[in-house]
Amino acid sequence: MSATIPRKGFFTDTSVCIGCKACEVACKQWNDVPEDGLDFLAMSYDNTGQLDANTWRHVAFIEQDDGGDMRWLMSSDVCKHCTSAACLEVCPTGALFRTEFGTVVVQPDVCNGCGYCVPACPYGVIDRRKEDGRAWKCTLCYDRLKDDMTPACAQACPTQSIQFGDVDELAVVADARVAELQAAGMVKAQLYGKPADTPGVGGQGSLFLLLDEPEVYGLPPDPVTSTRNLRSMWGAAAGAGAVLVAGSLASIFAGRRR
Amino acid sequence: MGSNMAENHPVGFQWVVEAKRRGARVIHVDPRFTRTSAMADTHATIRAGSDIAFLGGVVNYVLQNERDFREYVVPYTNAASIVSEDFQDTEDLDGLFSGWDADGRTYDPSSWQYEGMEVNAAAGNREMGTIHGESAHGAHGARMQESEAPKRDETLQDPRCVYQILRRHFSRYTPAMVQQTCGVPQDKFIAICDALCENSGRERTSAFCYAVGWTQHSHGAQNIRTAAILQLLLGNIGRPGGGIMALRGHASIQGSTDIPTLYNLLPGYLPMPSVQDDDTLDSYCARNTPPAGFWSAMRAYKISLLKAWFGDAATEENEFCFGHTPRMTGDHSVYPTLQGMEDGAVEGFFVMGQNPTVGGVNGRLNRNALAGLKWLVVRDLVEIETAAFWYDSPEIETGERTAEDIGTEVFFLPAATHVEKAGTFTNTQRLLQWREQAVEPVEDCRSDLWFMHHLRKRVMERIAGSDKPCDRALQDLTWPYPEKGPHGDPDPEAVLREINGYDGDGKLLSTYMTLKDDGSTSSGCWIYAGCFADDVNQPARRRPGQEQTWVAPEWGWAWPLNRRILYNRASADPEGKPWSERKRLVWWDEDAGKWEGDDIPDFKPDLRPDHVPGEGDTGPMALRGTDPFIMQADGKGWLFAPAGMLDGPLPTHYEPQESPVGNALYGRQQANPARKEFKRKSNPYNPTHGEPGTEVFPYVMTTYRLTEHHTAGGMSRWLPHLAELQPEFFAEVSPELAAEKGLVHGEFVTIVTSRSAVEARVMVTERMTPLQIGEGDQLHTLHQVGLPYHWGSAGMATGDSANDLLSVTLDPNVQIGEYKAATCDVRPGRRPRGAARRELVDGYLKRVKDLQ
Repeated sequence: MSATIPRKGFFTDTSVCIGCKACEVACKQWNDVPEDGLDFLAMSYDNTGQLDANTWRHVAFIEQDDGGDMRWLMSSDVCKHCTSAACLEVCPTGALFRTEFGTVVVQPDVCNGCGYCVPACPYGVIDRRKEDGRAWKCTLCYDRLKDDMTPACAQACPTQSIQFGDVDELAVVADARVAELQAAGMVKAQLYGKPADTPGVGGQGSLFLLLDEPEVYGLPPDPVTSTRNLRSMWGAAAGAGAVLVAGSLASIFAGRRR
Repeated sequence: MGSNMAENHPVGFQWVVEAKRRGARVIHVDPRFTRTSAMADTHATIRAGSDIAFLGGVVNYVLQNERDFREYVVPYTNAASIVSEDFQDTEDLDGLFSGWDADGRTYDPSSWQYEGMEVNAAAGNREMGTIHGESAHGAHGARMQESEAPKRDETLQDPRCVYQILRRHFSRYTPAMVQQTCGVPQDKFIAICDALCENSGRERTSAFCYAVGWTQHSHGAQNIRTAAILQLLLGNIGRPGGGIMALRGHASIQGSTDIPTLYNLLPGYLPMPSVQDDDTLDSYCARNTPPAGFWSAMRAYKISLLKAWFGDAATEENEFCFGHTPRMTGDHSVYPTLQGMEDGAVEGFFVMGQNPTVGGVNGRLNRNALAGLKWLVVRDLVEIETAAFWYDSPEIETGERTAEDIGTEVFFLPAATHVEKAGTFTNTQRLLQWREQAVEPVEDCRSDLWFMHHLRKRVMERIAGSDKPCDRALQDLTWPYPEKGPHGDPDPEAVLREINGYDGDGKLLSTYMTLKDDGSTSSGCWIYAGCFADDVNQPARRRPGQEQTWVAPEWGWAWPLNRRILYNRASADPEGKPWSERKRLVWWDEDAGKWEGDDIPDFKPDLRPDHVPGEGDTGPMALRGTDPFIMQADGKGWLFAPAGMLDGPLPTHYEPQESPVGNALYGRQQANPARKEFKRKSNPYNPTHGEPGTEVFPYVMTTYRLTEHHTAGGMSRWLPHLAELQPEFFAEVSPELAAEKGLVHGEFVTIVTSRSAVEARVMVTERMTPLQIGEGDQLHTLHQVGLPYHWGSAGMATGDSANDLLSVTLDPNVQIGEYKAATCDVRPGRRPRGAARRELVDGYLKRVKDLQ
């Protein structure tokens, strides 16, 4: 791993998302992700539903009628490529790894389908594919990045709602855009994914400019890496175990006394 | 207005988003709150089919408050021109203009002329309806046979000047009338008027973007005319950031108008000859050539086209093979032709790049028509419903028809996709963009070019030795296309070279201005001359925008002459100075003695701003140096159209063919009197306001597209990654309508008209808003139902077709169907299966009959 490559990620500016779903299609086409069900969900224009093994980009549609002033929020969700990635930490085979670009990727030829990563993700992103049992999610187009190409979703986005680049630089762009929108009177405009917003995962590699609270978009307001407390939990478990062992021994000895 | 640009033109909409980032204000007026509305600063819900009332209201607001750009309007438009004293307005005749022939349901336009102008004799042949090509596109100003300019009153005070006629005509389009007719609250309407006026003038310009939401009406062409009047009054034509953008519904629909698939046009908007008027080349040219403006060289364009087609066979002696061109004998547009099929008068039909049984109005009539054919050829990517109509259709399902009783022989031929062939797309900006072939087509799939090329070759083998006169036209055709690739595809660049054309020395032309009428030059489409200048494929140029000027002339190639904004002489004031630094585009350079600019000036390059035509001046020299609209014989932008429109010189508010609302302006005239109705068994109409039985179909419906699918579905319903995004037909209704009719979100609704009954999933959404229409005791709530039309019985995402609900009612100018406004009933639950489906529709027809 080269230390000279800055961390790569996305900045999804939902204020200019037109809900065209080109990101969903481009992602599936490039990554050969199968169709995910021909079901009418009656969730506004969203028939994708959620991120899962067969959907790595998902455009949410939220209709808000604020006293006659209609608002239709659209937002393209994706893997957050967390700084502290629980999926990667629980993976027993090393199938999940952090790339030289700072992204989190599953190696399908290593994944054994144990599924530990699925409940570990605080966003519900990673998922096992029914057909082969393995875990799948956004790779941030690792193969394209290696060839110095833009990820398929960002390339296909017609309005630059999805921007790709160095996370540090994207954060600067994102801050400026939030300030611009707030100055224009959109007081709820906020950034989601910087370390300060999402300390529980140490910050995200995918930043989002939202026009409302994260919950409105189905995003956890305070995501926490499920492995964050593992060390202290192990400590507590070890302590509890010691008490248990001591108790058993005591009862054995007590029994002997009997 | 009339467009859902974010959904249907997402790639083009990036520039709207870009403009918004730079401070532009986006206003969306639409029957529904769509993904475009979501990106707009303002959205107004309008009743489908009432656009002229809305736009006319804005025109009235501009005129009443004198917000027009007067320094632009007086010299550049026909506001000052005096109209014949025989002209009578719809305000005088309760909804009709002068010249109405009630029996023929057509207008004699002679009273609409400028005062003192001779009326073209061809008007006497109007019983042939639309077969006169010049009525179809832009009129060429061809009706004006006099070279002297029309009388004008530059003070705009003469009661018969166009400005005063406009004022009177639109005076009843008040904000109150707009509210009562369109359902747009007055305060919102006035705010929109103000925003538009404030953003127009010397320093600022506003643009209109429209699509089939304006065209697909029985008064579609007049919707766009109203916008043209407004944009001329505000000075928003010929200037950067202005204009009226026709967003085309499919790649290269603009191209298929330039090099037309329309029956009444030839390449470059030359009219198709008609059987009774155009016996000879001379009579054809005389009839279609005005004395002034650039159409005055029409004979050179025409003869160059004939030379491109017939080469050495085209000589002065044989009128350059003018006799080989087919002649129109009547209205050969789509729907009359379909009825010809239904009646057995049309034997064969080629369907390429279209799925009419899903995409056309009244699918049942379309399928009846196909069943009346002897043979049908369908070329498409997949076996679309049009190809499968003989064994899979709603009529097969109801038992009305069986495969056994359909005698049509169907040939289905697989077509290559856009990535499997090279060629150009011409977009809405008239920009030709070359695309490369990425891969060879698979198996038997072939390009359209391959098909036409090899079809012609095989026909030629059959008629090689023929001496029949009817075969001569084919035998005389030039065919200079070398074959290449594994399938023997003709070289598309060779085709583009032929379209560009050659001069007398065999050199590729760089401009249409050097075309001659002596047979020494050739051009397959005069407006495209220059697209292959210097033997360079100009449309293939792809210099990035940031590496050139803001006009970006080296990205692709725009007709004519790589000019990006038409009529751009109007971007400068009468003296030739830009109206403002901010909006400068072209200007007169006195030292150089010519027009200069960031764009190619749309004017005779050395015609001085102070030029006044003298005795004997013709063509461009017959216009003044202040006449920017160089394709018009009077050089003016037409607020009032003295010729060219078949349904009136001014737009006026008419209701759609089917409407639950009475015409707010006219007692006698409910809908466009000149619209084309087709009263036949397969095309019954719902009763409209004022007729008994209107209450049977109380709701307004409108059909449209979604981003996720492509038109009639041939390119999307078979693709899993697209089909899964919108897998089922749904109907958008307001919570209020859902409550009124017991419709449950996510379950089914059946929509019924006199034509059909279809079922859809219910989408209850606050994006649909009930409207308050009328006033006083006539005030009532009106519900609209939104129906995307992509589905059919085949492919992965299947469903009923919304267009099956619609009737054939056409705009008289362009014969487009009224897709965007009709009436219907809705009822909860799924539609009946089998014969009961038809019985449900018949029950509605009976209810109407019982009420009459």
